[in-house]
Amino acid sequence: MQRITEFVAGLLFGLGLLLSGMSDPGKVLGFLDLLGTWDPSLALVMAGAILVGMLAFTVAKKRTMNFLGGALHLPTANQIDRRLVIGALLFGAGWGLAGFCPGPSLVSMFSGQPKAAVFVLAMVIGMLLYEAADRWIHQPRASQEAIR
Amino acid sequence: MAIDWAHFTPWASLLGGIVLGLASAIFILFNGRILGISGILGGLMSPRAGDIGWRVSFFLGMAAAPTVFALLAPAGLLSAPRIDSSYGLIVVAGLLVGLGTRYGSGCTSGHGVCGLSRLSPRSLVATLTFMGAGFATVFVVRHLIVVRHLA
Repeated sequence: MQRITEFVAGLLFGLGLLLSGMSDPGKVLGFLDLLGTWDPSLALVMAGAILVGMLAFTVAKKRTMNFLGGALHLPTANQIDRRLVIGALLFGAGWGLAGFCPGPSLVSMFSGQPKAAVFVLAMVIGMLLYEAADRWIHQPRASQEAIR
Repeated sequence: MAIDWAHFTPWASLLGGIVLGLASAIFILFNGRILGISGILGGLMSPRAGDIGWRVSFFLGMAAAPTVFALLAPAGLLSAPRIDSSYGLIVVAGLLVGLGTRYGSGCTSGHGVCGLSRLSPRSLVATLTFMGAGFATVFVVRHLIVVRHLA
């Protein structure tokens, strides 16, 4: 059952990205281009998504388990730190360069767009670089010395 | 500022947004997870036993979306996507998005949709920051004449 709802959530998310225009980088850049000819569509995407999302999270916050009886993982992090802001700045810069964010790039790749596939490959490399850097920073100092 | 009426799709975008919200609702209420694409994908970069199946199942659903969309939607509903950036720019953008979303713990779905829906101040700061950076980047690329000649 759990596998089915995961699959359905993924399917609906992909359909929503296609229908809303989020999977079209031209449309995303048109929204981000406030000083050019501005396409306000994506503001409506966010409004529709958050409207439904707020109802769902109001319900979720009152529960300790999900509807299928499993764990409910609500985020606990609440600190607004340098990591959060620098990460968001890097992400926003990349988003503004090509008009792709993670979800739309994947669904566009699944639609058979070669440029989206290249974007996803670069994004995965970026994620692996993060993992490598994170491991380097968090390993004990002694082993860092040993590597040097 | 002038509105780009030719590309403005209010109803499709609003309805698409509602479907995105519905997907996020199913994911938190039935699977107990935040629907954040960068987090779901990033977790596969250092896979742990028992933490892989749900991610793969979700992405299989996403992979089926274009086919299902073609079956359900009337032909010609969507105009062809405009992917105008050069391959070089695409690679730089992808690296920045991969690195940035992992460092900042989320993207448009996790911070933007889910974070704002659950009224998280942390996600609000992240969303305002990446949107601001997006606006600034497009301004530099499209409207600063010097850069436009280089690109």
